Amino acid sequence: MVLIGVFVYGFIGNTVWTSMTDWGGSGSLALDPEKHFIGLDNYVDLFTGFLSGGFRQDLVNAVYYSLMLLGGAVGLGMFIAILLDRKPWGEGFLRTVFLYPMSLSFIVSGTIWRWLLAPQGGVNVLPTYAGLKPLHFDWLSSTGAVLVFNWQHLFSVLLYVAAFFMILLGLWGMRHDPRKAIRRWLVPGIVVGAATWLFGGLLPDALFMEEEHGFNLATLGIIIATIWQYSGYTMALYLAGFNGISQDLRDAAMLDGAGEVGYYRHVAIPMLKPITISAVIILSHISLKMFDLIFAMTGPDNAETGHPALTMYLTTFRANDFARGAAIAVVLFLVAATFIIPYLVSQYKQRRRG
Amino acid sequence: MTARKFSPGSVLLYGTLALLALFFLMPAYMAVVTALKLPADISLPTAWEFPETLNWASFSQAIDLLRPAFVNSIILTLSATAGSTVLGSLNGYVFAKWKFKGSEVVFTLFLFGMFIPYQVILIPLFQTLRAMHLYGGLPGLILAHVVYGLPITSLIFRNFYAQIPTALIESARLDGAGFFSIYLRIVFPLSVPGFVVTSLWQFTQIWNEFLWGICLTRHADNPITVGLAQLAGGQAVSWNLPMAGSIMAAVPVLAIYIFLGRYFIRGLLAGSVKE
Repeated sequence: MVLIGVFVYGFIGNTVWTSMTDWGGSGSLALDPEKHFIGLDNYVDLFTGFLSGGFRQDLVNAVYYSLMLLGGAVGLGMFIAILLDRKPWGEGFLRTVFLYPMSLSFIVSGTIWRWLLAPQGGVNVLPTYAGLKPLHFDWLSSTGAVLVFNWQHLFSVLLYVAAFFMILLGLWGMRHDPRKAIRRWLVPGIVVGAATWLFGGLLPDALFMEEEHGFNLATLGIIIATIWQYSGYTMALYLAGFNGISQDLRDAAMLDGAGEVGYYRHVAIPMLKPITISAVIILSHISLKMFDLIFAMTGPDNAETGHPALTMYLTTFRANDFARGAAIAVVLFLVAATFIIPYLVSQYKQRRRG
Repeated sequence: MTARKFSPGSVLLYGTLALLALFFLMPAYMAVVTALKLPADISLPTAWEFPETLNWASFSQAIDLLRPAFVNSIILTLSATAGSTVLGSLNGYVFAKWKFKGSEVVFTLFLFGMFIPYQVILIPLFQTLRAMHLYGGLPGLILAHVVYGLPITSLIFRNFYAQIPTALIESARLDGAGFFSIYLRIVFPLSVPGFVVTSLWQFTQIWNEFLWGICLTRHADNPITVGLAQLAGGQAVSWNLPMAGSIMAAVPVLAIYIFLGRYFIRGLLAGSVKE
């Protein structure tokens, strides 16, 4: 226990401190390197520095990557679980097939997928077997990007996204409790959106120059590989959940006139909300520290597919810039902590009650 | 369930399942086919076709290249699994049966160690191991895996021991048995399934780990994942070797998964859905 105390909390503290020094450059590998306290300069530089555009691209990538991985893996896993819940012939075999990628190392799957997504082969030539033309998509080397925005406008973009989700939540809540939905989500959402639109020009620029960031198309290949590897995991979670729902409840729902679709939509999936929450937490945690797979698939070759976890490694151990690496790690850690701490606290409260 | 025969619904169901199964098996097929080809026969347009002549030489070549890393991985995985499992079992025993004031808080703080992105502890870990003269070799890597494996192993064991009736422990305590004698005489013999689940889980995790492997070991002590990444990393490689290497790196964990899949899945579920 003392070990964990030192190795987890002590080390986090140490990294935070390192991130505020100028440790790096030549001589940084000496046993007792020179370090000077420089406060938050590393963070300021990461977010506004002229040469740190790569890191900002990484952050944008990580956000898109996490969202698509969550949607893809939870959606596909749930879909397969529903199919298998109908107990088709060969269910055990199929379950093995869907879950085996989970047991593989990211390095193994990354290597194989890199070959599958090679520019003139693999997946791109598959359509020729059906008599179609081959695809010409640069899965891993593409540098094209969609959903581009200017980092200067970061604050207004964030506000627009917040407004959009508030309005969405409001519309969704209308069915249950229209008054609360309007007061809590819809009206504030519209106000925020309108205010951003009207007074957005007054917001400070997040950067002194124009810098475009977007969803890099080559990340798509990495996302497909990750979904391939992890949807079996969500499938196993949901299958275990579905099996835990009693047959009586299912029959009762059927008697009440719920069809198959209705049963899953109104009974089974709402009942498994805790499972969905765990899956989301675990998957976003995985996507935040995603390093091995990207390393094996595009590696340092295509900087456009970068991810903070990968950049942290490259900055720290290839460029020996320990302080900057530490700063990146702390950013990652803070992002992870924002959703893991509430999760652990709720688990803790559950245990107290239980 | 009513028996359905060839209704449109079941055709759709099996069709979808078959397509999905193909999608999931595609990479495995590709790896095997490519590994069995002669280097000269590998070309992008014919990547999907079955090789005309089977070439097993890639495997022996890959084995030659990866043997040191493979051996390292076996030593690393076995000792780190054993260490973290035994310590995790003791921890789980404390958290489940010797609750002290604030033990739930400590447990929650403990679990947090499972969820941190390991990048955030990487630099101090690197420094500490170097100061302890453990950097670069296997012992340092083993130590790291044992320590950071503790949260998950403690969690699995704690949930497992929660099922052992407390009355059993209480009565043993009344008979004058102490902490360790209760553990050895009562808890340990009951925890064989727990040990199987936990050690299989740790085995696959440690076997597949890459970040620490690449950051904390020198070339001679690289585990298999690092060896494979280097084998596949060069630009001019012919793909039969990395594919054979991938299969080699995958076989131990795949074997566990296929033959002991039930326990593996239990570890998987324990790692996520608590209570």
